[in-house]
Amino acid sequence: MKKKKKKKKEAADKEKTEEEAAEPSEFGDLPPKRKKKKKTDMLEFEKQLKEGDEVENRQDDDIFVGEGEQDVKETKVEEAWLNSDRDYTYQELLGRVFQILRQNNPELAGEKKRYTIVPPSVHREGNKKTIFANVADICKRMHRQPEHVIQFLFTELGTSGSIDGSQRLVIKGRFQQKQIENVLRRYIVEYVTCKTCKSPDTILTKENRIFFQQCESCGSTRSVSAIKSGFKAQTEKRRRQAAQ
Amino acid sequence: MSEIQNLQTYDPFADTGEEEAGQPQGYIHIRIQQRNGRKTLTTVQGLPSEYDQKKLLKAFKKEFACNGTLVQDEELGQIIQLQGDQRLKVQNFLGDNGIDKNIIKIHGF
Repeated sequence: MKKKKKKKKEAADKEKTEEEAAEPSEFGDLPPKRKKKKKTDMLEFEKQLKEGDEVENRQDDDIFVGEGEQDVKETKVEEAWLNSDRDYTYQELLGRVFQILRQNNPELAGEKKRYTIVPPSVHREGNKKTIFANVADICKRMHRQPEHVIQFLFTELGTSGSIDGSQRLVIKGRFQQKQIENVLRRYIVEYVTCKTCKSPDTILTKENRIFFQQCESCGSTRSVSAIKSGFKAQTEKRRRQAAQ
Repeated sequence: MSEIQNLQTYDPFADTGEEEAGQPQGYIHIRIQQRNGRKTLTTVQGLPSEYDQKKLLKAFKKEFACNGTLVQDEELGQIIQLQGDQRLKVQNFLGDNGIDKNIIKIHGF
């Protein structure tokens, strides 16, 4: 929870600069059903948090949510039994426990946050090249070395490419955003999320030529498979054998 | 949040279903490569040696209505090359004919 808050704040700060202009009108357009989580009184900061949440959710809805973490179940907590004679159900009581726990000491509730990454911004350069503009940003969010990510991208896509002056990745071949996204998704499953606890807070270290992934939240370590390119077929016309 | 974690039957010591890194043998890799224009090439690498690659290729070609060749690579052995994006078809074909789907790995976008 604490972490979430921090992250949100950072994100919010960042977004403010970018989205200040667009924000108010868009907020007005939001359908009211968005606020379905809880109706009971909230602490001040939670309200802010939720607003941040909405901003983020709206951005990520269309795209790129890390897998596994999507099933954050919000049980609807309203103390409905107060107005009636019936007994409370187990679900309701459970919800109440979590609500109180969350209100009093948020860090204990262990709320799973959705793991999100900005969508890759991909566009074409000319006819045969694709530019992947925010590699650096995505790598930073995943806490991975750009080289590693790029190597994976290239081997998976079976192409090559380079980084241009403004830290953008130029990939040979035509690729759409969705395709890059798929590959990144696989990268995250393979190299970012912890297999034991599904947390994305992991770091990748190299020891004796083998990569190890260490989880920051549960402490487990596991080795990850090296990136192997496999067979590459000849796709271009053969150059004249060593022009003499 | 509302599930009781303790009651889940989950064996922490069970195999995660994947092999250790360092011995990725036994996988069948299906890859895709872009050619000129919107043409693509599918390569199938690492097919078990008990299958006759020539016959497999023939079956692929007939089934998917595409052309293909057998390529000999020094390190990786025989590789089937097919024209066009046949990745899913190859996977289904192999799966239907008694190859464990877990050892098939699809690469590419």
